Amino acid sequence: MTVNRRQFLKMAATGVGASLCTTQAQALQRETLKVSPDAVGMLYDSTLCIGCKACMVACKNANGMPVESTDVNPMWDTPLETSGETLNVIKLYKNGTGEHKDQLDDGFAFMKRHCLHCVDPSCVSVCPVSAMTKDAVTGIVEHHKDRCIGCRYCVYSCPFGIPKYEYDKAFGQIQKCQFCAHLQAKGEIPACCDVCPTGATLFGRVDDLKKESERRLQAKPGDRYVFPRGKFGSDRPPHEAAIAQYQEHVYGLKELGGTQIMYMSAIPFDKLGLPVNVPDYSYPSQAEGIQHTLYKWMLAPAILLGGLSYVVHRNTQKKDDEKNASERRES
Amino acid sequence: MSAHQPVGGKIITRPFMVLSVLFMIAAAILLARFVLGLGPVTNLNDGYPWGIWIVIDVMIGTAFGCAGYSVALLVYLLNKGEYHPLVRPAMMAGLFGYGLAGMAVMIDLGRYWNFWTLLWPGYMQFNSVMLEVALCVMAYIVVLAIEFSPAFLEKFGLKDIHKKLNKVLFFFIAVGILLPTMHQSSLGTLAVVAGHQISALWQTQLLPPLFLISAVLMGYALVPFESILASMGLKRPMETPLLAKISYVALIVTLIYLAIRVGDLLWRGALGLAFTGSLDALMFWIEMALFIVPVVLLMKPANRIKARTIFISAASLLVAGSLYRLNIYIIGYHPTAGGSWSYFPSVTEMLVTLGIFSLEVILYLIFVKRLPVLHHAPTA
Repeated sequence: MTVNRRQFLKMAATGVGASLCTTQAQALQRETLKVSPDAVGMLYDSTLCIGCKACMVACKNANGMPVESTDVNPMWDTPLETSGETLNVIKLYKNGTGEHKDQLDDGFAFMKRHCLHCVDPSCVSVCPVSAMTKDAVTGIVEHHKDRCIGCRYCVYSCPFGIPKYEYDKAFGQIQKCQFCAHLQAKGEIPACCDVCPTGATLFGRVDDLKKESERRLQAKPGDRYVFPRGKFGSDRPPHEAAIAQYQEHVYGLKELGGTQIMYMSAIPFDKLGLPVNVPDYSYPSQAEGIQHTLYKWMLAPAILLGGLSYVVHRNTQKKDDEKNASERRES
Repeated sequence: MSAHQPVGGKIITRPFMVLSVLFMIAAAILLARFVLGLGPVTNLNDGYPWGIWIVIDVMIGTAFGCAGYSVALLVYLLNKGEYHPLVRPAMMAGLFGYGLAGMAVMIDLGRYWNFWTLLWPGYMQFNSVMLEVALCVMAYIVVLAIEFSPAFLEKFGLKDIHKKLNKVLFFFIAVGILLPTMHQSSLGTLAVVAGHQISALWQTQLLPPLFLISAVLMGYALVPFESILASMGLKRPMETPLLAKISYVALIVTLIYLAIRVGDLLWRGALGLAFTGSLDALMFWIEMALFIVPVVLLMKPANRIKARTIFISAASLLVAGSLYRLNIYIIGYHPTAGGSWSYFPSVTEMLVTLGIFSLEVILYLIFVKRLPVLHHAPTA
């Protein structure tokens, strides 16, 4: 194997980086927040999704969102991404001939994109006016437009690209999935989970959903499996289907400190548009670590101000004295 | 009698007219922004929610505004009295840089009418770096106005107030050193939470000190840059000996900055990315070159007494610090999820930034001609 200069530099650089990144990550860092024991979440199983988009229609109805047409002839709701008008979208992965479901080459797969309701969300950490909040019990990340100043730091910081601003309105607002908090307050479940015909979108307690995902991973590919629908543990008739050849890992268990929306899939998650090779700690744990160290009790700034006042006072006093003395001499 | 004097002369000149037209164009565009929203006027999108109005007008504008801070560090903290003639023009540069940055924020905020929530204790979110920056910048604008107020008090002969102010001015000077130390470093912390979305060529937990030091060196660069332009434009003698000294200070600060910057890149093992032939790599090298050229120039003592090399070095440092900020927040920022995004500022966006800059020069011209700002020219 021959190594040219550029490759050598790259290799040397990554080697040094890898050996140092553990120490580096721990400097000035607070703990990543833990998931609440009563947190609610969603398990989206891409292998069960048939792409019917019933969840998209239900989402628009439940949240009073407008039709978004990307077509030349605006007839149907055809959003390509989440946006100021669309909180939930089913996307398609397609490769080559796109013949086989859940196959990387010449195959296709579905993906459901919306807020992942992070365990330690960036948007909540960065919002200056508490317009993004995380419920202490349910863990739902909610946006409150009435106090939002529209700085769009949540849009900038979200690693999943979720909060969206309405740029084409004079009085726009931030839009994102609120996990149908208004329906959950009435004892109902999020609209998308309610209408999913195959149980691909399953609502439940995060704990229960984690266990369910483990069972699916342990089951033998090809075997029949009874998939719960709607809300995990409800008496709704289940959906029976064959277990797919899953990726070994459930996305959201540890990514960036964990998310309450978790993903199972037969094809790698980066193909479905999720960021991979991300740390297990949250990014707010780093940013807040810096802030909390520098500004604990405002102690450091207060001491600095005291010292500055003293030095500046001494230095300006001296100058005034000199000035007065020279004025006296002149007169 | 004050050592500062108004330059005098006509206010309405040809450059003044040109600048006014540029400002009027910006005002018309801003009218459209408030009637139609941000979208029709800017190229902002959900991948790049922060464009040049934030990165140039606010982040770079306030770094230029660090002239007041940087000179205060020298004069009041290190007790270098010989730089005192530079204080007042530097404070004015700070006042304009920060004041207009505050204006730019109000233009860019998507829900500006809720601005008051920043000051409502029940809503303040103290984990937010943005909150700290916002409160600090608001407070600093007030402090700068107080620090600059002697120019007005002298102009209108309000000796009593001036005397009283002089007694407490030391405290405002101290606050005026504390606040930029806090928020200029925090402007770097703002980017830490973006994590992997910012290229490892720039993303580091050392962003706070790197932002602070680069803002200080931009402050030391702005002083000779502005002074030489003023001397040429207003036909005043050059303050070369003083500028030579401050260029030396700029050189020292730049060397400290480069040591931390390069040390950090090596420590994190990110320097390999600079050899990948990407746009990031190209912009990284341009940024580094703009920092290194002034170092090479100013290392030679003979170059530090020439107005020409002082000016070139200062301009290069100002562009370098600006590009550093653009590289972090826009060019090296790669939103990976939720769509495929790109951003290049629209013409109207650029015209607004140009208009705000024009307003700054308009105010500068009015202030130095009518108020005692510039130091009494020694040979005049």
